[in-house]
Amino acid sequence: MITVDARGDACPIPVVKTKNAIKEMGGPGEVRTLVDNEIAVQNLTKMADQKGWKVSSRKIDEDNYEVTMTVGETAGAEAEEAPEVCQPDARTRKTVVVIASDCMGQGNDDLGHVLIKSFLYSLTQQDVLPATILFYNTGARLTCEGSPVLEDVKSLEALGVEILTCGTCLDFQHLKEKLQVGGVTNMYEIAEKMLKADHVIRP
Amino acid sequence: MSENKELVFCRGGGCTAKLGPGILERVLSRLPKGERDPHLLIGYDSHDDAAVYQISDNLAVVQTLDFFPPMLDDPYTFGKVAAANALSDIYAMGGDVKTALNIVCFPEKMDLNILGAIMQGGAEKVQEAGGTLAGGHSIQDSEVKYGLSVMGFVDPHHMYANNTGQAGDVLILTKKLGVGLVCTANRVGEASKEAMTQAVDSMTTLNRTASEIMRRYPVHACTDVTGFGLLAHLHEMLDGKLAAEIYADQVPRIPEALEYADAFLLTAAAQRNRNHVGKQVRFADVPFAMEELLYDPQTSGGLLMAVQKEEAEALVRELQAAGLPAQAVGVLKAAADTEITVYPAKPR
Repeated sequence: MITVDARGDACPIPVVKTKNAIKEMGGPGEVRTLVDNEIAVQNLTKMADQKGWKVSSRKIDEDNYEVTMTVGETAGAEAEEAPEVCQPDARTRKTVVVIASDCMGQGNDDLGHVLIKSFLYSLTQQDVLPATILFYNTGARLTCEGSPVLEDVKSLEALGVEILTCGTCLDFQHLKEKLQVGGVTNMYEIAEKMLKADHVIRP
Repeated sequence: MSENKELVFCRGGGCTAKLGPGILERVLSRLPKGERDPHLLIGYDSHDDAAVYQISDNLAVVQTLDFFPPMLDDPYTFGKVAAANALSDIYAMGGDVKTALNIVCFPEKMDLNILGAIMQGGAEKVQEAGGTLAGGHSIQDSEVKYGLSVMGFVDPHHMYANNTGQAGDVLILTKKLGVGLVCTANRVGEASKEAMTQAVDSMTTLNRTASEIMRRYPVHACTDVTGFGLLAHLHEMLDGKLAAEIYADQVPRIPEALEYADAFLLTAAAQRNRNHVGKQVRFADVPFAMEELLYDPQTSGGLLMAVQKEEAEALVRELQAAGLPAQAVGVLKAAADTEITVYPAKPR
């Protein structure tokens, strides 16, 4: 298997590099191309589909995607299990992200604060954004004055993501006057948003 | 050309640098709107190319701006393309150019002669448009970007929105598609000289002649085809109220663009356009390269007009007589389940 690293390259460079690698290979085989965005995955997939090559793709993390194509006679030689395919554009899907705490994960709160900060920043870098982000319990602190992620939440709002914070949680923590971004919501709306979502993501 | 007189390519220059239509729509739909000013004829809630503000019974002001990073390595030509592209919004409305202001982003350390060449190209196009370059604003930036803010006049009784076409209208496109594919191929050294010459000629051609001819015909709607490609601009024209058929064999194109699409020299912007409107489009046995051409982001593309059927032939003939590669590329239909259907050829 040949690996082509096309991270940091704008289209059409990932396709050009992959084609060159296939040419060098000179016959059937597998080529794995690393790219840093989903559009490049889609353009590589289009090429493989047009050529009739078997192709699969996988999102490793925010900036790392892997497209594997089997060049040659035809697909089906190995019954390889297709990994998570990141081809379909999910922009129209309704995803709700729930931030239920100012900590991400359990075990170590200091680490949790760092992780949640990094999570919200990473959300701002996605091609596909959630429709809504709900903040409740200590998560409500993150939309208020003094929050370490205020700028990221504001950017998400500017990108069209609906930002809602639980009103009861603001009251309970005496934060009502300190809300800096998005709207205030209630449990009825929180429940409704979750039920109507295609996906609810809780980091 | 000496090395330091060349521009550095950006990740995607020209209209390929536009934000994806999907992302843009999400943001725009959530902005506060304020009260509707009755004098604002176009711009309050449509996806139009420019704002039109009426100041008297037969006079309205058209206001627009456009700027982007270079898609060519020759600064003078880039200036012409950027200006022609910005001026085009006025022409899509059926207006006349009056004044323009430069929009400049330029690295402080770069050779100022490059900036001079860009602005020279821009100034020449404003002059050709019959307007006056009246100033501008410059910002220090890490990458070059250039364009214009343009003001023009239009008669409010004779102006063209993009979403007022009627079922039965014939769609006319006045420039060749494929400049995005050709510039992308050029970026990786794969474009032929002939293809590049055609692309540059097309991008530096003002839409002035096309616009002035259009005004003599019963044209119901017009837009200019830029970064969203033909199909996404057509989608905006249909505005959920109409459907359309496109005949692939009638679409004017730079022939090599199809070769480059078959070689998968594809832009990210074309794929974003496909993601945006792909669900509304059905290709009836159309080759892959043609699909890509119809999604290809255009820089300084042509006008897409919806004209009353009976007059379409005469309009195409007059546009062609003026030296434009205009063709009737399809028709508008009553709204249907499939918004846009692309057929390989026009039915006999």
